[in-house]
Amino acid sequence: MSDVNPDVALDIYRRVLNIRRFEEEVGRLFTEGELPGVVHLYIGEEAVAAGVCAALRTDDYVTSTHRGHGHVMAKGGDPKRMMAEIFGKETGYCRGKGGSQHIADFSIGMLGACGIVGGGIPIATGAGLSIKLRKTDQVSVCFFGDGAANEGSFHESLNLASTMALPVIFVCEHNQYGEFTPAQDTMNIEDIALRADGYGMPGHKVDGNDALEVYTVASQAVARARDGEGPTLIEAKTHRRGGHAEGEEAFLAGQRYRLPEEEQLARERDPLRILHERILLEGLADGHALESIDQDSTLQMAEAVTFARESPWPDPETVLEDTWA
Amino acid sequence: MPRKTSVDAMREALRAELQRDERVVVIGEDVKVGVFGGTRWLHREFGDERVINTPISELAVAGAGVGAAATGIRPVIDLMFGTFLYLAFDQIANQAGAMRYMFGGQTKLPLVLMTVSGSGISAGHHHSQPVHPMFMNMPLIKVVLPSTPYDVKGLLISAIRDDNPVLFLSPITLGSQRGEVPDEAYTIPLAEAAIRREGGDVTICTAGAMTLRCLEVARTMAREGIECEVIDLRTLKPWDEACVLRSVRKTGRFVAVDESFPVCGAASEWAATVAEKAFPHLRAPVQRVSNLDVPLPYSPVLEKAAVPTTERILDALRRCMQAESA
Ligand SMILES: Cc1ncc(C[n+]2csc(CCOP(=O)(O)OP(=O)(O)O)c2C)c(N)n1
Ligand SMILES: [Mg+2]
Repeated sequence: MSDVNPDVALDIYRRVLNIRRFEEEVGRLFTEGELPGVVHLYIGEEAVAAGVCAALRTDDYVTSTHRGHGHVMAKGGDPKRMMAEIFGKETGYCRGKGGSQHIADFSIGMLGACGIVGGGIPIATGAGLSIKLRKTDQVSVCFFGDGAANEGSFHESLNLASTMALPVIFVCEHNQYGEFTPAQDTMNIEDIALRADGYGMPGHKVDGNDALEVYTVASQAVARARDGEGPTLIEAKTHRRGGHAEGEEAFLAGQRYRLPEEEQLARERDPLRILHERILLEGLADGHALESIDQDSTLQMAEAVTFARESPWPDPETVLEDTWA
Repeated sequence: MPRKTSVDAMREALRAELQRDERVVVIGEDVKVGVFGGTRWLHREFGDERVINTPISELAVAGAGVGAAATGIRPVIDLMFGTFLYLAFDQIANQAGAMRYMFGGQTKLPLVLMTVSGSGISAGHHHSQPVHPMFMNMPLIKVVLPSTPYDVKGLLISAIRDDNPVLFLSPITLGSQRGEVPDEAYTIPLAEAAIRREGGDVTICTAGAMTLRCLEVARTMAREGIECEVIDLRTLKPWDEACVLRSVRKTGRFVAVDESFPVCGAASEWAATVAEKAFPHLRAPVQRVSNLDVPLPYSPVLEKAAVPTTERILDALRRCMQAESA
């Protein structure tokens, strides 16, 4: 049994579902050739962003990755402006200048997705420094992958945050792969949480497909950071449902790179189903409530697509706007 | 001659050199699958010892390339996107280019760093920046930017056989383009430009993805009765100054077209050299056409506007044709 109250459980469920329905639309639009560029979907990992962000306030900070739609959505992002950004339209969060890998909403503390693996980790650390200097009780969270934990930016940031006791929560989404390479080929430890020890901060391993469990662990780390006790590393074990990027099947031309047992596990450990089951089992809400959240979410995402599709392209002249401050 | 993509051409070059010289190894993130295809499945032929997948650790990977090159290996490091070179900056700027000189000629660094470069696929700023001027600015690093599949193969083989650090950049839009590529191994000397179109009225100097655009513009100008000479430098450093100066002495007019940021971009280097060394032959001020001085935007309409457009190149050519110095 979890000690999560029913309101929180429903809030988390809504976040998970919003991400799932949004990403399903993005995947479909990409396949139908309606989107420029490339997209990396968060399906299968929703419990991490939803569980962590449910433990945050609107004025807390988050940095994200190339697989960032879920983080923006979980932090309270507007699906319309997210979708418009992915379409490259003027009404998008970044006026079409950022795209899928660069969505930001500073008004809700979402400091940006990031196309550079590990690029967000020092930025979240800097937001933590700013919190400390401004003497507020905000916290800063950075999401990053297992692959990013092999970048220098990860190691340098953890050490910096630890020695300065910054209110930062490092959330590693261990989805077993960096692009097409299994994590087991690129690190000789199974648990990235172990690395926390080397920097003198607590490290926790959590089932990243169980949103309620993620929430519980994140809440503790957030409380610790707000109390001025410094950073925490959380490793959420999860799975990428699909490929690294949409459309990869075409260039892989039938070649497989995933371990079959891992693919099977990814299907079985669906965070949406796990959360649905737990909520019913623990009597946190009834099926109708969950069903109506799903209907709302589905409708909202359909509206986001219409909004994005009907929005204008940016005026080419705007290429020279947003330059010097 | 068989027609192949530049990805095929790259794989053939790597295969040929892996076969020819056992000191050659290919190292990088996901080189087995090969995100762009150039290194794909080479490990099946040459084994995991010579085609090595690495963690996502650009600084360590590039630096390991430097250390291995200094001690008898000829590493070809694939860092995927040009922007990822920035994570490896120390090992390139402070070490790779400097080591031989700094240590009084004691070592050689037969190292190739390969990435794609430039924009055109709505990938956003972190995956679209042209990076070549940064590295042109560093002493003793060669910089190659081919524009055809034929050149990819011949220049890459030369780069691998070269005893200096070479940055081998492929325009991101070049990958799927097809062209004639012989099956056998061949080399194209580094630092030798190719004249893609001859003309007597104005010289256009360019490289990489802009070559095709300049040729298109040259056809437009030809319909107006103006003959452009289009020079594709192929190697940006060291570069074929002699070829460019020869052309300018003939035409008296010079337009530099480069897909990179305008301040201290490649076009600036070319234009300055022409102004310095061919001034008496110039009949009009030199012109530069570069990216706008902004990060690369994602939306296709904005991305198109950020790089040298056909309109901006045409404008520069017309300015050049109209101006007549005293
Ligand atoms: C500095 C840098 N190196 C390489 C890449 C190419 N790349 C994009 S995503 C990715 C894999 C990242 O793996 P991980 O951190 O585990 O995140 P995941 O995709 O699994 O969510 C790589 C290598 C990049 N974008 N940035
Ligand atoms: Mg991963």
